[in-house]
Amino acid sequence: MIAYILRRVFQSAIVLLIVGLVAFSMFRFVGDPIDNMLGQERTMADVERLRVQLGLDQPFVVQYFKFLGNAAQGNFGVSYRQGRPVATIIRERAPATLELAAVSGALAIIVGIGLGVFTAIRRHGIASNLIMSLSLIGVSLPTFLIGILLIYLFSVELDLLPSFGRGETVMIGDWSTGFLTESGLKALILPSITLGLYQMTLIMRLVRSEMLEVLRMDYIRFARARGLSERLVNFRHALKNTLVPVITVTGLQLGSIIAFAIITETVFQWPGVGLLFINAVQFVDIPVMAAYLMLISVMFVAINLIVDLLYFAIDPRLRIDGRH
Amino acid sequence: MSDFPQPAAVKPAEQGRLTRLWSSDFAWAFRHSPVAICSMAVVMLLVLAAVFAPLIAPHDPFNPATLNLMNGFTAPGTPNAFTGEQFWLGTDDQGRDVFSTILYGLRISLFVGFAAVLLALVIGVTLGLIAGYVGGWPETIIMRSADVQLTFPSILVALLIFGVAKGFTPVEYRDQVAIWVLIVAIGLSDWVQFARVVRGATLVEKNKEYVQAARLIGRTGPAIMLRHILPNVLSPVLVIATISLALAIIAEATLSFLGVGAPPTQPSLGNLIRIGQGFLFSGEWWILLFPACTLLALALSVNLMGDWLRDALNPRLK
Amino acid sequence: MNTPVLQLDALSVEIPTRHGVLKPVDAVSWDIAKGEILGVVGESGAGKSMTGNAVIGLLDRPARISGGQVLLNGKRIDNLTPAEMRKVRGRQIGMVFQDPLTSLNPLLTIGDQLSETIDAHLHLGRAAARQRAIAALDEVGIPAAKDRIDSYPFEFSGGMRQRVVIALALCAEPSLVIADEPTTALDVSVQAQIIALLKRICRDRGAAVMLVTHDMGVIAETADRVAVMYAGRLAEIGPVAQVLGAPRHPYTHGLMGATPLASKGRSRLAQIPGAMPRLAALPKGCAFHPRCPKAQNRCTVDPRPTVADGAGRVACWFPMGAP
Repeated sequence: MIAYILRRVFQSAIVLLIVGLVAFSMFRFVGDPIDNMLGQERTMADVERLRVQLGLDQPFVVQYFKFLGNAAQGNFGVSYRQGRPVATIIRERAPATLELAAVSGALAIIVGIGLGVFTAIRRHGIASNLIMSLSLIGVSLPTFLIGILLIYLFSVELDLLPSFGRGETVMIGDWSTGFLTESGLKALILPSITLGLYQMTLIMRLVRSEMLEVLRMDYIRFARARGLSERLVNFRHALKNTLVPVITVTGLQLGSIIAFAIITETVFQWPGVGLLFINAVQFVDIPVMAAYLMLISVMFVAINLIVDLLYFAIDPRLRIDGRH
Repeated sequence: MSDFPQPAAVKPAEQGRLTRLWSSDFAWAFRHSPVAICSMAVVMLLVLAAVFAPLIAPHDPFNPATLNLMNGFTAPGTPNAFTGEQFWLGTDDQGRDVFSTILYGLRISLFVGFAAVLLALVIGVTLGLIAGYVGGWPETIIMRSADVQLTFPSILVALLIFGVAKGFTPVEYRDQVAIWVLIVAIGLSDWVQFARVVRGATLVEKNKEYVQAARLIGRTGPAIMLRHILPNVLSPVLVIATISLALAIIAEATLSFLGVGAPPTQPSLGNLIRIGQGFLFSGEWWILLFPACTLLALALSVNLMGDWLRDALNPRLK
Repeated sequence: MNTPVLQLDALSVEIPTRHGVLKPVDAVSWDIAKGEILGVVGESGAGKSMTGNAVIGLLDRPARISGGQVLLNGKRIDNLTPAEMRKVRGRQIGMVFQDPLTSLNPLLTIGDQLSETIDAHLHLGRAAARQRAIAALDEVGIPAAKDRIDSYPFEFSGGMRQRVVIALALCAEPSLVIADEPTTALDVSVQAQIIALLKRICRDRGAAVMLVTHDMGVIAETADRVAVMYAGRLAEIGPVAQVLGAPRHPYTHGLMGATPLASKGRSRLAQIPGAMPRLAALPKGCAFHPRCPKAQNRCTVDPRPTVADGAGRVACWFPMGAP
């Protein structure tokens, strides 16, 4: 088992190095960093000085490791667009995204699993069919469209909820939170539904289909043949076996919430790192793009790792073998 | 042993191929599923509308010569206060006929969607076949790359490819190549599931007797892969392709909505919706609603088809 | 006269499909007495498993009981509500399935699975249920039961797993045991042990057993009486010695000819020409007549219901060895 953990950690490290390479390559080869940072009126001396300062005269590999080293310390250079250190910008905007992601994720899991189990157990009922039909819409609707529709309904027509921004936020140390004000909470509602809806439908459909598969298994038949109550059969036998494969996919899905936040933040003009990234792509602001990429990768790789390790805790078969 | 009556024999070979297809389980399921028929009908309708857009559209929305700013903000069906012209679905801020912009936007959306899926399919199936059949180093490299790429959501990958490509393209050409970059970006972000499925199916088929027989009579690797294995792995690929199409269409719409997709000179449904959002509060609802409904109808129908296809082709559910 | 534990009275099962209504079980009747083992043989698709599923009330939609009755210890059980039937299952009827690997939940210890079954029916409380569970494992021959009770199914070998399955099926002390191909998925070397175990336990408790299998050898070894099914119908039923030694139905006769027996030496195995018809295309009259060497006109028109014949019953107009 230790061998497995070590192997996974090693794999994760490789992935991060590759991503780092991609980010670094972007830095070096897309456009000319010098061009981007200095204006029109620059002298050859300026250029040369910046070259040395940025270390552009050194071999590729050296630069690569320097880049990685900087990144590890949180130094991502300076934004081409804003002229401020990237790390600072990101730190300012991260809480917005993280709060949004947390609320959306919780929503997606709770409602998703609940509805998934319900529609699997009551497979042929009207409620289930209705929910499944609606869920198809949830998967087909692009996130931005959901957001716009919600804005139209709740902001334009009903005037109940704000259509953009975070509302008032309170600073707790370095962290700006929207949880503590009424306007902050109100502003969270529509964006988190928008962000979480896709994940929720996915989780629901996954849980339902896994559970239906499990309910078809021989051990469920045998459990019924032994006269166990439906409650025991559904929740003790079926649910446990359902959740095992669901957990991996869910974990990975939830990680992608942070990436999908890009869309939601754009629709609602939510001042998070997602909106930051989009603006960066539009302006080809490489340092911000690279930094976002690296941070997101670390997050994804970490989530993947945790999910894999979680498997061990749940499936006893893996503990003995260590084989995957 | 006494003679006993033989049951009457039906000779199946005499029925025509089309007849057999029509009376097969698959076609029966299709004919009896209102969902499948409806969604297929909608998809066909939209595709035809897009293909024949130049013939159907009452105006050419991108020819500046035919545009009249005074037509701007006309409501659907009502005559314009200044020019008296009528537009089925109204006009936007520039005086463009919404119906026409939708038709042309549909064109872009469908073109990018189909092309991206095709690209993803070709790459994915090829790599999957190689990985499954050849094994060894190629398989490891391909599958590891797939794993790495899968760690990230495809939209991020697409955004990245698009951003980098934009960085490499001189400013003058950016609009022109945007569509192609979009296709490559979405296609490259989507090949993985094709590769995985095909590899899995290839591994299964590889050990079957007909492959060994082919090898015995001297067929070479690529020939075996193409002629023997490929037809047998197509069924799940078809399902994935349909679902991928829906995803590609949504991806394109999203990227265009975000402003990093189709250029303003060749707007797709996503761009139109972006523009429409700006007018939500000022009351010109039609600029948003009609493109949004079209996109919804398209995505929904393709998704429904894919879902139905997956259930119909799943042997275990029979 | 003791009431038989199980009584099937013209039991029929129907499945509506788009090809029409199929009848995988057609008017099957038999009894099983206390302590008796009835073997049910037939080819795949003859309806043996379906009959077992109908008795225990586990028919998958859209299959359903369409006619006849099932009586357990004299009381009808085919028309019970789902809640009532659930009480019957496990407590009065135990069922053993074919594949021990898939019959056990891989994520629960066998102790958990045993205790929950015992608790569901006997309401003993955790500690007592656990003791019962250990005793049950002992009884089926699992060594070191006290230690192994907290193991997971994958930690056992195939034969051991089937023993656990038997323990599970019998732990609530049912009066009827349905064993559906209990040895088919096991190694040959283990099969005999499992069959012997099943036989011993059921005899000890006086349980009636319905042993479904396509393996004639198992029947010869284990069963008291045997029922032969063909295309959903009962062809012949009687004491083992009679049915196997002097079969009356031409199908059974053909089966015996096709079964290798040590006593027959090296003679060629006879094949019954043709194959069992699909349910959607049953011939008119007796289902076996297209393959029957003794078929006559009457057989193509009317299937014969079973009639008493010596110590058993046979469903044939012209049974073999008739005077």
